[in-house]
Amino acid sequence: MNPELVGRSFPPTPPYLVGREKVREFAAAVLATDPISFDVDAAQAAGHADLVAPPTFAVVVQQLTLDQLLADPEAGIDFSRVVHGDQRFTFSRPVIAGDELTATLTVTSVKSLGAHSMVTAETVIVDDAGEHVVTTMSTLVVRGDE
Amino acid sequence: MSAPEFESLTVGDVVAERTFDLSRDALVRYAGASGDFNPIHYRDDVATSVGLPGVIAHGMLTMGLSVQPVVDWAGDPARVVDYQVRFTRPVVVDPTSGASVQVTAKVGQLDAEARVARIDLTTTFNAETVLGKAQVRVSLA
Repeated sequence: MNPELVGRSFPPTPPYLVGREKVREFAAAVLATDPISFDVDAAQAAGHADLVAPPTFAVVVQQLTLDQLLADPEAGIDFSRVVHGDQRFTFSRPVIAGDELTATLTVTSVKSLGAHSMVTAETVIVDDAGEHVVTTMSTLVVRGDE
Repeated sequence: MSAPEFESLTVGDVVAERTFDLSRDALVRYAGASGDFNPIHYRDDVATSVGLPGVIAHGMLTMGLSVQPVVDWAGDPARVVDYQVRFTRPVVVDPTSGASVQVTAKVGQLDAEARVARIDLTTTFNAETVLGKAQVRVSLA
């Protein structure tokens, strides 16, 4: 992998509108059961404007930025050899249906470990007012020939 | 739902436990919901060609379901303010029998000033842990 990727930022992704049905679809896919992610009345009764997305929902928006990185010929990452090393979400507030989110990825580290290489990227996700919602940190391991 | 009372918690308390049965269908559903269409999560030929024993669950599916017992305990997904994991072993999902994943959530640390509980997760498959440093910070302010 190209070590010169460190410090590189990609352009902000186009605004991603968090749809109610997408929140429900994602919540079902991670086997969530909390009504606050499915039932608008339950979400509003808990003081939220709309459905609250499960904590890992931000990965949907992060994925748009990782797609930028994986599609970059200079990065030289073979998609079928990628496995996920670690992941973190740090919230200023939860993701709510109706949010319009924009994400910007920066490569924070590139390392080699034997035949494998590891790239760590930070994605900062903000709302339509430019306020911080969540930062995601992701390390991808690219498996080499063994 | 009301939040658990911060004062009632003690480090080491088990706050939630759950078993999840994953099928290949669950992986396809997660691929569609998340937009992660890496073929190692639905094609055995691609998975084995990169040295995996077979189709494996998305790490993010394992991460996503592991926090759910904590969300239910906390009473609101909005109370999760930070969540991190390392992916240490793959969850291999058999085409017919699937995979059974067990999650135990324990109080790892209490920050009385911020009223944040760190909940540590142990997620196992085939009696081995599949996540490392799996920590959820839950705000009970």
